[in-house]
Amino acid sequence: MKIGALQEIKPGEARVALTPDSATQIQKLGHECFVQSGAGVAAGFNDETYANAGVTVVKDAAALIDAVDVVIKVREPELEEVQRLKKGQTLISFFWPAQNEEMLAAARDQGATAIAMDMVPRISRAQKMDALSSMANIAGYRAVIEAGNNFGRFFTGQVTAAGKVPPARVLIVGAGVAGLAAIGTSTSLGAITMAFDVRPEVAEQIESMGAEFVFLDFEETQDGAATGGYAAPSSPEFREKQLEKFRELAPDVDIVITTALIPGRPAPKLWTEDMVQMMKPGSVIVDLAAEKGGNCDLTVPDERLVTENGVIIIGYTDFPSRMATQSSTLYATNIRHMLHDLTPAKDGIINHNMEDDVIRGATVTHEGAITFPPPPPKVKAIAAKPKEKVKELTPEEKRANEVAAFKAQTRNQVILLAVGSALVLSVGLVAPEAFMRNFIIFVLAVFVGFQVIWKVSHSLHTPLMAVTNAISSIIIVGALLQIGSSSMLITLLAALALLMAAVNIFGGFMVTRRMLAMFQKS
Amino acid sequence: MDFGFTVAAYAVATVLFVLSLGGLSGQESAKRAIWYGIAGMAIAVLATMAGPGSGLWGLTLVLIAIGGVVGWQLATRVKMTQMPELVAFMHSLVGLAAVLVGFNAHLEIGRVAAAFAEGGLPFPQPVGLMSVPAYELWQSLTNFAMIIGKKTAVEVTILRIELMIGIWIGAVTFTGSIIAYGKLAGKVDTSARQLPGGHMLNAGAAVLSVIFAGLYLAYAESAGASIFMLLVLTALALFIGYHLIMGIGGADMPVVVSMLNSYSGWAAAAIGFSLGNELLIVVGALVGSSGAILSYIMCKAMNRSFISVILGGFGGASGPQMEVEGEQVAIDAGGVAAALNEADSVIIVPGYGMAVAQAQQTVSELTRKLRAAGKNVRFAIHPVAGRLPGHMNVLLAEARVPYDIVLEMDEINDDFPDTDVVIVIGSNDIVNPAAQEDPNSPIAGMPVLEVWKAKQVFVSKRGQGTGYSGIENPLFYKDNTRMFYGDAKASVDQLLPMID
Repeated sequence: MKIGALQEIKPGEARVALTPDSATQIQKLGHECFVQSGAGVAAGFNDETYANAGVTVVKDAAALIDAVDVVIKVREPELEEVQRLKKGQTLISFFWPAQNEEMLAAARDQGATAIAMDMVPRISRAQKMDALSSMANIAGYRAVIEAGNNFGRFFTGQVTAAGKVPPARVLIVGAGVAGLAAIGTSTSLGAITMAFDVRPEVAEQIESMGAEFVFLDFEETQDGAATGGYAAPSSPEFREKQLEKFRELAPDVDIVITTALIPGRPAPKLWTEDMVQMMKPGSVIVDLAAEKGGNCDLTVPDERLVTENGVIIIGYTDFPSRMATQSSTLYATNIRHMLHDLTPAKDGIINHNMEDDVIRGATVTHEGAITFPPPPPKVKAIAAKPKEKVKELTPEEKRANEVAAFKAQTRNQVILLAVGSALVLSVGLVAPEAFMRNFIIFVLAVFVGFQVIWKVSHSLHTPLMAVTNAISSIIIVGALLQIGSSSMLITLLAALALLMAAVNIFGGFMVTRRMLAMFQKS
Repeated sequence: MDFGFTVAAYAVATVLFVLSLGGLSGQESAKRAIWYGIAGMAIAVLATMAGPGSGLWGLTLVLIAIGGVVGWQLATRVKMTQMPELVAFMHSLVGLAAVLVGFNAHLEIGRVAAAFAEGGLPFPQPVGLMSVPAYELWQSLTNFAMIIGKKTAVEVTILRIELMIGIWIGAVTFTGSIIAYGKLAGKVDTSARQLPGGHMLNAGAAVLSVIFAGLYLAYAESAGASIFMLLVLTALALFIGYHLIMGIGGADMPVVVSMLNSYSGWAAAAIGFSLGNELLIVVGALVGSSGAILSYIMCKAMNRSFISVILGGFGGASGPQMEVEGEQVAIDAGGVAAALNEADSVIIVPGYGMAVAQAQQTVSELTRKLRAAGKNVRFAIHPVAGRLPGHMNVLLAEARVPYDIVLEMDEINDDFPDTDVVIVIGSNDIVNPAAQEDPNSPIAGMPVLEVWKAKQVFVSKRGQGTGYSGIENPLFYKDNTRMFYGDAKASVDQLLPMID
């Protein structure tokens, strides 16, 4: 099949969906690669390097779309691009089908198949094509770099001959992929980093990256695993509590990076105007959610603005594009993995398998129909979260439980005793007295045995078996009593029994001793 | 010396035996407890010899000496990995001894009856005082015969029932232990095998046993017929013992061995009843109940009912088993060594495979090296790891692994999430996550070691097969699991020089 990368139309977009490296890999799958002339220039790949990698360079978009079977690009398609698509052609790019219904309908009307890179399900197998994560990773990194660029001090604390420099205090709101990348960058630059997220289970990840988790004491918490690892909207009470915590932190932090997004909704307002006012002059806010309205009240998308009290608010929406070489490399690899899954036989023939969870999930239009939203994936997104902690019982409940358990135990014991006694008594009715004397001894011995053995530790079970084995050769007493008989046969049998029991006594005790001697303390 | 002294000595011996078992609650006290047991046994034997009725001291001493030498040889020569076989083998001796003693009791009854018949006196004696000739005849009898001679008709019947029970249990224990020995020693196929007819054969043999027991009582007067019935009964019991244990798979051997242990105790107790010997009753009951509890603990550790173990095979699963996705990823010694060198905490989970490969010494050496490097190394022992209760503890102790780093399942299961590296050596079902994750798995609900929660798991295994239970193990397919194929000993040997 012929795969072709378009140049991005949106002004300022520097990324490209195909790199010379990824093209080489795609060719190994049996495909041919095409690129629109000049598509990679902004990302640092000129036409010549593409041509050297065996990619055919086509002069304009119309010619490219005409020539290829699969169109790949980065940003969601614009109407003019979609209208050029032919029936049966495949488009792979970001699509945002939930916000882009118009485009979805257009693609359907063209009869094209659209695969949305933003709809790749979040399952382990699909991580290699999770373009959202790879872009978020870059955005997180870049956010810290932009903040540093605008921040007038060091990140790391230093004691120099010219005086002491305090370390910067960075707060990162939202610990998704971007948040975690920002945490990593910020801590490695030496800043004191704090991070907040509504999903308590990410606390461990935050701490593993070297930041401090801002703990919010609130009962209702979110289970990220149920929503595919993304955050869900929180209750008003929770939000209040959260804002209160942020107000407490605002005067102390130098840099705030907000990354909070809820899938399919405007970004939640988490950094309010009064918090901005509380911040020190020269502080920086980087709002990674600017495209979806921003987490900060004052954010203006695509603008860097300075408030009256000297706080810089950055609302750029093109962080990945600002690092076009890196982001193109990663995105092109994601695309390549997608093509790899679409070409299972590596024979250059695309097999659009709608039974496959990943391909099904990402496909938004196919064969003249809209296939969005996809059915829930068969494999659950993330490992289910660890078992709920056992609820702490109040002392009263504990006491009640104990009493109930004690009562149940008493009842069981009484029933057992009653049944046991009844059995013994009924035996006593028919059996002669001599037998009953022995029987009582027997019952008591069984009872003692039960009491004693429960206490034996697990690790000594083998020695216990050896000892009881040795002790069970007490049968020797029977043989001893019989060996003196005047009958030859009885003496002979008794002698045999005696011999075997003797082997057992010595063998059993010796071997137990050997075993026990081996147990040593360190 | 008179009988009172013997009984007093028995009381002392009993107390010593109880202390001996009770002392096994801790490693240190166990070392003392074993001496209590030895002393108790010595007192019991000496007191019986000194007491009324026993004779032929010379022969007795010679036999004990011979038995002692043989036992000593067995005990000192056996390798720790062969411990399960030895224990099973010794159970069979007790079972056989019980059968022989039981037969003797039967013969003795016959002899007493004959003696009475010769004197023209009724046997058993009617209730009430003995007549003078009967008393004189009774006086001429020896020890055990005296006890029989003064019994009433009901008592003699009870005596016969008791000796039948003793013989029957003894015979089941005998063949059962021989088969268990064969399976553990690898001389008999370890998989569950039964003759056509399965459990119906066992049930049939049991029913026949009851019938022949009834016939034995009915024909008790005739010496020839009664011994025939008793022999048939014994043969049936021998068959049941053989067939019952043949039908149980190798993985259930811990339960089987402790069950046979219990049987040998009950056999001794039954014989004690028929001989009217309190010491035999008490000690037999102690051993019997101890074996029963051990079996119960083992079954609980496998989340199976005792009945289902005895009947062999696993209980029916309620649906198709979960399919295992993914693939087993192999790793070489270098990779394992690198992970170990980086790890701070290591947990080793040994299983039967370690015993088979005799790898405990090498594992111990590995432990020593890792500990010397300041790493926290511990062992996690599942209650049914190996082929004998506590098997792994004994092996590790032999290899001089200190017992305070060898922990039980309940003690260590919560620590896996904080552990860097887990090495699973030759165990399979006891680390199978299907027990928790797949309600349709045959081992669903069985408590398992949660090794998969650790950061990395290495599984040392001979090949890609399933475990004894024949169940696929999803652990091997997990992302954090790497398979380290090869014989356990050879694998760990390879590792050793790479650890620094």
